[in-house]
Amino acid sequence: MGFCSLHSRPVVQSRPPAWCAGHQHVASKKLRRQVCQAASTGEAPPKSFKGKCFVVKHNIDTDQIIPAEYLTLVPSKKDEYEKLGSYAMIGLPMELYPTRFISEGQTKTEYPVVIAGDNFGCGSSREHAPVCMGAAGARVVVANSYARIFFRNCVATGELYPCETDENLWEGLTTGDEVEVDIEKDVLTQLSTGKTFPLKPLGEAKPVVDAGGIFQYARSQGMIKQAATA
Amino acid sequence: MSMAGSVPLVGKSQLRQLEQSRRSQRSAARKSSRVLNAVEAPPAPTRTPASTGAVKHPMTMTEKILARHSNNQKVAPGENIWTNVDKLMTHDVCGPPTFGIFQREFGMNAEVWDNEKIILIPDHYIFTEDPRANRNVDFLREMAHRYRIKYFYDIQNRADFHANPDYKGVCHVALAQEGHTKPGEVLFGTDSHTCNAGAFGQFATGIGNTDAGFIVGTGKLLIKVPPTMRFVLEGEMPPYLLAKDLILQIIGEISVAGGTYKAMEFTGSAISNMSMEERMTICNMVVEAGGKNGVCPPDQVTFDYVDQRSSEPYEPVLSDDNASYVEEYRFDVSKIEPLVAAPHSPDNRKTAHECSSTKIDRVYIGSCTGGKTEDFQRAAQLMHKAGGQVKVPTFLVPATQKVWADVYTLPVAGSCLGGPKDTFARLNEPQICVSTTNRNFPGRMGHKDGQVYLASPYTAAASALAGTVADPRNYL
Repeated sequence: MGFCSLHSRPVVQSRPPAWCAGHQHVASKKLRRQVCQAASTGEAPPKSFKGKCFVVKHNIDTDQIIPAEYLTLVPSKKDEYEKLGSYAMIGLPMELYPTRFISEGQTKTEYPVVIAGDNFGCGSSREHAPVCMGAAGARVVVANSYARIFFRNCVATGELYPCETDENLWEGLTTGDEVEVDIEKDVLTQLSTGKTFPLKPLGEAKPVVDAGGIFQYARSQGMIKQAATA
Repeated sequence: MSMAGSVPLVGKSQLRQLEQSRRSQRSAARKSSRVLNAVEAPPAPTRTPASTGAVKHPMTMTEKILARHSNNQKVAPGENIWTNVDKLMTHDVCGPPTFGIFQREFGMNAEVWDNEKIILIPDHYIFTEDPRANRNVDFLREMAHRYRIKYFYDIQNRADFHANPDYKGVCHVALAQEGHTKPGEVLFGTDSHTCNAGAFGQFATGIGNTDAGFIVGTGKLLIKVPPTMRFVLEGEMPPYLLAKDLILQIIGEISVAGGTYKAMEFTGSAISNMSMEERMTICNMVVEAGGKNGVCPPDQVTFDYVDQRSSEPYEPVLSDDNASYVEEYRFDVSKIEPLVAAPHSPDNRKTAHECSSTKIDRVYIGSCTGGKTEDFQRAAQLMHKAGGQVKVPTFLVPATQKVWADVYTLPVAGSCLGGPKDTFARLNEPQICVSTTNRNFPGRMGHKDGQVYLASPYTAAASALAGTVADPRNYL
């Protein structure tokens, strides 16, 4: 029994391809294999994410990401983690966002990339916000800016890469557009046009998200010792 | 509003005097006092800058607190430091995952870093039939027993809240009332409104469960030192204004992201003339501007409040007079009008008068921001003076048992954040509400299409009488 480097969850090594339950959400099968192989073999984490994007505007607060009525779900319990994911972004007003992040009857999102304006994730400190997005299958958010606690929670949990950009992608892109987010070269490409947009480097936050959160990172650096129990 | 160069409000000699008199006062009063911030850490310098009396590196209050807690002579904005933690507060929503993470990462046999420094306050979803919510409170109780947590304000009788002698009510107000908010200390909480405690000159900010789980195991956290914005509030408060109007003015000025990553320091005569409850109203809403923490300089009002509730020693700090601020805003409070934050953002500032044609469906006076004893006294004072009947249903939701003792109803964080469908006063219809709470993003009080106007207790009471958003000057 080892630990999945992306989700701080146990990985059963003997069942190839070995991925932790948390990785079942990773959008494409290919990417999932790539991610999980990286987890079990110690290979480099994924460099880019390809898929449809979901576009929101400014000041999307945590009540829109995960309304308070769902906060009784405890994300450190696996089944409740999954359930939390099925409610991701459910608080977005219907008239502004008729296309839903999670389609009717689904539990996962078809949008691994979320595009946003300023101050994404403002409001409460609930870690359920980045966690539910990650649990739903999102891997990266590209916003003009973030609320402080949301950014920190993305990194601490390793659930999402919180990329920043000066480009107003929320104006230029439409929900459903295919994009590729390269977090090594710090560039987002709109696949239908080939247009590229620069992202700000994630800097020291990247290796922490790569590792799967602050505890996994601290262990990989020898800052804290391995958990006594798995 | 104008931005000026930084003008010191507390002179060097004044500062020294205050700090020295404070120290001697305390050591005389309590000979057996122990130094609080000596959590395992690298060897400390033998004399802190404050004890030498000479200020070699001018710092703001926030920088000073963080320097002292990281055993540094000085810290500068942007620096990443490991801070020692004096207190960690968590509640029924984030406590269970925090302990879940702690146990997963440190092991089932690990002990918490200090069982007297973790404060557990179940307060969010407690008077509900929701089985998962109740399970979470049960789990928190189990954790409190397992780790012998000293401060656990339990709720056991859900049917009758005042049959719970240990229950205190909304965490932020309870922290203050129980004497946990101390000048000069570092407090983290798994709730964004933890910044409320900055009113006491404490460094206090909200964090997620993973960070909290880390603190439970180590008593430390890696944080970035924030640059400080200074807000100087001068002038005499008009009788129709309350602290809520001032913070709505400030958030309207700098926007809901204007304080992101920054410390917000509130000084000036309008602050020093305020009660602790009013200062809490201001600091509570710092996070609505994106701020990391808010602070008011501690003074005699602070010391009196804290000393009545706790006998543990503390070391207050003030900003040095030549400390540097990233921005400075000055307001003459006598010129500010009663304000509201219109739907759907706390920075959507309008005067109450401008919105007086807006018909409303209900009024909500309550929560950690606007459910303190004084908030109800103000509302009652206006209603008494006006002598009329309320025209819309008016919900009074005191923040704590102590407040309840004055105003007689049910204390819980409750519907200021929606919650389970049976939460008291939750907006289950798309209604328009005037509220003394702190957030009005879509869906905050329950229904996605509900509209919330944030306002002071005076404005809320006036609106209840008018049946529209109303300017309290019409009634006072």
